[in-house]
Amino acid sequence: MALFGNLSDRLNHIFSKIKARGKLSELEIKQAMREIRIALLEADVSFSVVKDFIAKVSEKAVGEEILKSLTPGQQVVKIVNESLIELMGGTLSKLEVDSKPPTVIMMVGLQGAGKTTMCGKLAYMLKKQGKKPMLAACDIYRPAAINQLQVVGKRAGVEVFEKGTQKPHKTASEAVKYAESKGYDTVIIDTAGRLHINEELMNELDDIKKAVKPIEILLTVDAMIGQDAVTVAQKFNERLEVTGVILTKLDGDTRGGAALSIKAVTGKPIKLCGVGEKLEDLEPFYPDRMASRILGMGDVLTLIDKAQNAVNEEELKKMEQRIKENRFTLNDFLIQFESISKMGNINDLINMIPGMNGKRINANDFDEKRLTYYKAIIQSMTPYEREHPEIIKSSRRVRIAKGSGTTVQDVNKLLKQFDQAKDMMKMMKGGKNKRFRLPF
Amino acid sequence: MGLFAKIKEGLKKTKETISYRLNKLFTGGVLNDEFYDELEETLIVSDIGSEATERILEDLREVVDEKHIRDVSKVRDELAVIIENILDSAEKPEYSYPLVIMISGVNGVGKTTTIGKLAHKFVAEKKSVTIAAADTFRAAAAEQLTVWADRAGVRIIKQGEGADPAAVVYDAIASVKSKKTDVLLIDTAGRLHNKANLMNELNKIARVVEREMPEALFLNYLVIDATTGQNGVSQADLFNESTDLDGIILTKLDGTAKGGIVLAITEELQIPVVYVGVGEGIDDLIDFNSRDFAMALMSE
Repeated sequence: MALFGNLSDRLNHIFSKIKARGKLSELEIKQAMREIRIALLEADVSFSVVKDFIAKVSEKAVGEEILKSLTPGQQVVKIVNESLIELMGGTLSKLEVDSKPPTVIMMVGLQGAGKTTMCGKLAYMLKKQGKKPMLAACDIYRPAAINQLQVVGKRAGVEVFEKGTQKPHKTASEAVKYAESKGYDTVIIDTAGRLHINEELMNELDDIKKAVKPIEILLTVDAMIGQDAVTVAQKFNERLEVTGVILTKLDGDTRGGAALSIKAVTGKPIKLCGVGEKLEDLEPFYPDRMASRILGMGDVLTLIDKAQNAVNEEELKKMEQRIKENRFTLNDFLIQFESISKMGNINDLINMIPGMNGKRINANDFDEKRLTYYKAIIQSMTPYEREHPEIIKSSRRVRIAKGSGTTVQDVNKLLKQFDQAKDMMKMMKGGKNKRFRLPF
Repeated sequence: MGLFAKIKEGLKKTKETISYRLNKLFTGGVLNDEFYDELEETLIVSDIGSEATERILEDLREVVDEKHIRDVSKVRDELAVIIENILDSAEKPEYSYPLVIMISGVNGVGKTTTIGKLAHKFVAEKKSVTIAAADTFRAAAAEQLTVWADRAGVRIIKQGEGADPAAVVYDAIASVKSKKTDVLLIDTAGRLHNKANLMNELNKIARVVEREMPEALFLNYLVIDATTGQNGVSQADLFNESTDLDGIILTKLDGTAKGGIVLAITEELQIPVVYVGVGEGIDDLIDFNSRDFAMALMSE
């Protein structure tokens, strides 16, 4: 990416210059702010939001507080980061529940933002939380939209209410009545994607709103959106008074500066994020994590969360002990592979590591399929072989390759990787870093 | 006043003044730093990106100096020329038949709708068209495409949900060959460009086309949503890496977004913009014109 240099690299560069020195001059702050301005613009934060943000942060940074501090660079980072978090809403914001069921949630947004998919994810999430959700199909324009919602509903195991192409507000009212009679406690209304400047279609949303009085009107926004985010959010909010925002497609490599702009312009919290193609790929929105992402500092907190969910603490302790005693075996290697698989898409994980984002990593190095092959190879070994890999010579390799449906070359590659990992562990053991780490 | 309230107020003000300022910008006033600052804002708000904007303005200042331009209204023409030159630097492909066009892009940019419009366009030019429904992933994608195929009055080849997309394309090619169809349009599933395994799948489809129809002109078009921000460059870059792109189709230009990101894409990757989508009707796909686009960027 020659044209748009990496955000974190740039900020790191400025701050490393600042960090290296004892005190900050106004000129240096100005330079840093210039870079932050570019960085935020490249992250798609709205021009006006950036302008005001920079003015405010400069004001804070040039103050005495900074000049007298011992590590001014760190403090600038802190101010920028804290201001971003403040701007994005501080803490986690949850979905509202209506005191008089059913709770009605209405999904609105531009075409292609991901509303229908999100309906399915939302329903699935609520179901897992013990609720009884139902979906209502009110997109009467897009070909096969109702069909798509039905498929999504089926996957989520949730009933879909539809009345063909009759007026959406009628379908919505009937859906709510139906939900009452059937004892559903939540109704999620899928609406057609529309342009915020299309009066007729915006009126239609207003009609639905009046008919069913939703407690949540969620604006679904594609995280890759650029400067137009401000206009879109403003218009939807003006017409409908939205209650919150859902960001979709955050599993891409976008910095997602729109999150900041939308919050700034509507004042409405971002409640949820779509992070993948599967039904369970829905996460709460953490302003602090988003701030790091926009600043390109990596999403370490999410990474830690994922790691904690995937790794069994006890197994980890045992493994740590074995590494200390230099008894790391192929069984431990297998446990590692399984933990990694459980954490999800490897490339997504890499993006969360500070300093790694934006940099392209050779996809072959982290091919998910290879992980599956490796697991199969180890699983095709005898317990003795796993503990004593040195005995695996040519005839055993042929047998293992056959058993795992791979080639001898694959087996060789795995054994080589294992040796390298073992060497790396030896080195780590000698170092200060006592905590166990994955050898990747 | 908190940071948030302040920014909100600032935004309101900007919104109210921006269209007034733009008109004012090119009709009166002086060529000073303030003028360039406002021009910078206009370009950045169009999603051209801060770096490309900086370069364009540098070029503009140079031209203005060289030609001793004093009149602000003439600056608009010079700026349009600079933008046009960037957009025209990559050449649009010339069609020959049989023609195979594969349409790819991230999720939700409007690939399926674009295919419907493209099919209609070729039909209007008296070409026979077949569509391959190779988005076997998204729920009801093939159904949606079938509606478009019916509207355009063309044949569609599809398999069940979850089928191998390359196999669908293989079938479609067999049909195209036996019926001697002029154009094959391939719809693919939306995929985020940073997912290596999904990008490999596109590559596999491309290999099938190249192997089975070496006599055809095979073009890869990437669909980009006009609302896309700076991430568009990364999209084009990674799609281009997995299957050499021959062109870009810019969709949803009928909203308030200007689609300036294509400028950065063309500049960096030398990929031409071929068509633009301007509405939901079957006729709403038009040939890209760099002059019109440049003028639209600068107007409100």
